[in-house]
Amino acid sequence: MRIPGMPQSPQPLSGAVAASITRVHAAAWSEAAVLARESGCRFVALWGTDHRERDGAFSVLAAYATAQGLCVIELPVAATEAAYPDLAGVFPAANRMQRSARDLLGLMPKDDAVDTRAWLRHGAWREDEFPLRRDFARAAPLEPAPDSYAFVRVEGDGVHEIAVGPIHAGIIEPGHFRFSVVGEKVLRLEAHLGYVHKGIDKRFEDFTLEDGYRLAGRVSGDSTVAYAWAYAQAAESVLDVRPPARALWLRALMLERERVANHLGDLGALGNDGGFGFALAQFMRLKEDWLRANDAAFGHRFMMDRIIPGGVDSEPDRAHLEGLVRQAREVLEEVHAMRRIFDEHSGLQDRFLTAGHVAPLLAHELGLTGLAGRASGQAHDLRADLPTTPYDVLKVKKVVYQGGDVAARVNARFEEINESMRLIVALVEAMPGGDVRAELAQARDGAFGVGWIEGWRGAVLVALEAGAGGRIRRCHAHDPSWHNWPLIEHAVMGNIVPDFPLINKSFNLSYSGVDC
Amino acid sequence: MIPILLKILKTGVVSEKPPRANEEWRVRAATIQREILAILGRALVIRQVDAGSCNGCEIELNALNNPYYNLEGMGIKFAASPRHADMLLVTGPVSRNMEQALRIAYEAMPDPKLVVAVGDCGRDGGIFGTGYATCGGVANVIPVDVVVPGCPPPPTAILQGILTAIAARAA
Ligand code: SF4
Repeated sequence: MRIPGMPQSPQPLSGAVAASITRVHAAAWSEAAVLARESGCRFVALWGTDHRERDGAFSVLAAYATAQGLCVIELPVAATEAAYPDLAGVFPAANRMQRSARDLLGLMPKDDAVDTRAWLRHGAWREDEFPLRRDFARAAPLEPAPDSYAFVRVEGDGVHEIAVGPIHAGIIEPGHFRFSVVGEKVLRLEAHLGYVHKGIDKRFEDFTLEDGYRLAGRVSGDSTVAYAWAYAQAAESVLDVRPPARALWLRALMLERERVANHLGDLGALGNDGGFGFALAQFMRLKEDWLRANDAAFGHRFMMDRIIPGGVDSEPDRAHLEGLVRQAREVLEEVHAMRRIFDEHSGLQDRFLTAGHVAPLLAHELGLTGLAGRASGQAHDLRADLPTTPYDVLKVKKVVYQGGDVAARVNARFEEINESMRLIVALVEAMPGGDVRAELAQARDGAFGVGWIEGWRGAVLVALEAGAGGRIRRCHAHDPSWHNWPLIEHAVMGNIVPDFPLINKSFNLSYSGVDC
Repeated sequence: MIPILLKILKTGVVSEKPPRANEEWRVRAATIQREILAILGRALVIRQVDAGSCNGCEIELNALNNPYYNLEGMGIKFAASPRHADMLLVTGPVSRNMEQALRIAYEAMPDPKLVVAVGDCGRDGGIFGTGYATCGGVANVIPVDVVVPGCPPPPTAILQGILTAIAARAA
């Protein structure tokens, strides 16, 4: 597959994901972005790599979603210049990714208008140090410096700022939010993230292709199955192995269970933030039952480390599988009862309707993705658009709403639970027999592959490059939250400050997934 | 209203018995303070800090608040400010970007400042280890009373860790 109108011929990538890579020069790099935009392709991710040992230059890579699959465009960036044509002018979502690539690798977009503020680097390493360069050597840690991020200021009569974070009031991940408000009304919100940056991209260099799934599964714990599957796809692409069919069906079973677990938790939390504690107690009970069943069937409450390159590491026995079907039916009935209660609760609906609105047009312009995107009319779901085994035979129904408010994101979760429960039953009932694990081969040094999985929040991308001796040279894991964080800033505009937790929860984005 | 009441009646009470304290997890002989004995007598207030977690540990911490574990029924609750907290519950390998915020939260807490490090990451950096972006465990940044291993530790283990820390200080 290629970006429509691009003259360069792409090189297809092997593996489950329909994908290609095209190596281009600077002019074609910019042109690819414009052509992608014009032909309705979506921008997925941007990241950089230190390829100086291999070809004397860095690389910057961008991934686009076309109707046929994923197109990766790679641009060599001369080490002397370390600059490349900006993409944020065409796809605004590239902004923070470009700033991260600068913080980690020292690659700069060439446009004068670009945002030059550091994103991931808060002062833990020096401005002229680049952790992802292969010759980076950790000097003695710096004294932690006070965070002095240049937030955009809103001037005017009666405007004041509210600073929140990095530590928030509840049990949630850290990040900083700066509100500019008049009275209770939010004029502007600017987020500054990066607090849970753990250097995961660098850490991948310490792993082998075979065991990198464990680290990938901890980029964002709530999506461990999606990440591990995306990693496994990428590893299977570079190792050129095909997992047995039964393993793929078991992976999908886990992925749908992960989706339901998160949706149950979110629905409870959303009810609670809407002032309806009953919902929290009920949904948290259902979620606990769900996680305990995961533990019983798969040996881990979140099913961490169960998907491995080549297949899955273990499988539930028949009795457990049947138990999962029973549970899916029972829990679905309870969810239906809860939905009726939600629908009839006028106080709750009053909080949900029109709150945190993202219009479909804005969602399209800025690339709102995944569940939140579908609640704003963006009808993309990899399971339905580019189905791989077993989704090709299951025929997933996409859940799409046009409302774009908290209510739409709540309804999307209810509907997706419906569909996932149908899938869980079908997955167990029609699961093929046979092995669950294939032998792994040797990867060629420099082999490149991708994995792309529709997790509960949206599509997770893993790009993997093999090093020598079965090691990882470079692995970049990309969370759908990258695209959606900037949209929260739009969603809260004009809302009142006390609605922020509700709006934020309705997106429920990952901090760890983007801070990495 | 009626469907809500029916649902409550049908659900009943699902809370389970709490686990016992685990003496093996004690890592620091405590400076004993008499008033600790009183801690379980009144509410134990916990402030949680995510210092670089993958968010897996947070899911289990949130699960602690579900009706099965009945945390508030035991007199344990989570607070929004470290100034109201008897205990800091810390997850993650302590990212360098959170190091200072963690220190500030610790200093803001009144004595006796109980600290429980949750998860393999909180113990020693876990899978993320120590690197340019991570400090490699909570004890490298602030004093820790108890570590709860696991990736993530299930809610019962976290609850055990909390009780162990109280017991350790009270002993
Ligand atoms: S211990 Fe495991 S679950 Fe907890 S933060 Fe670390 S990697 Fe995530």
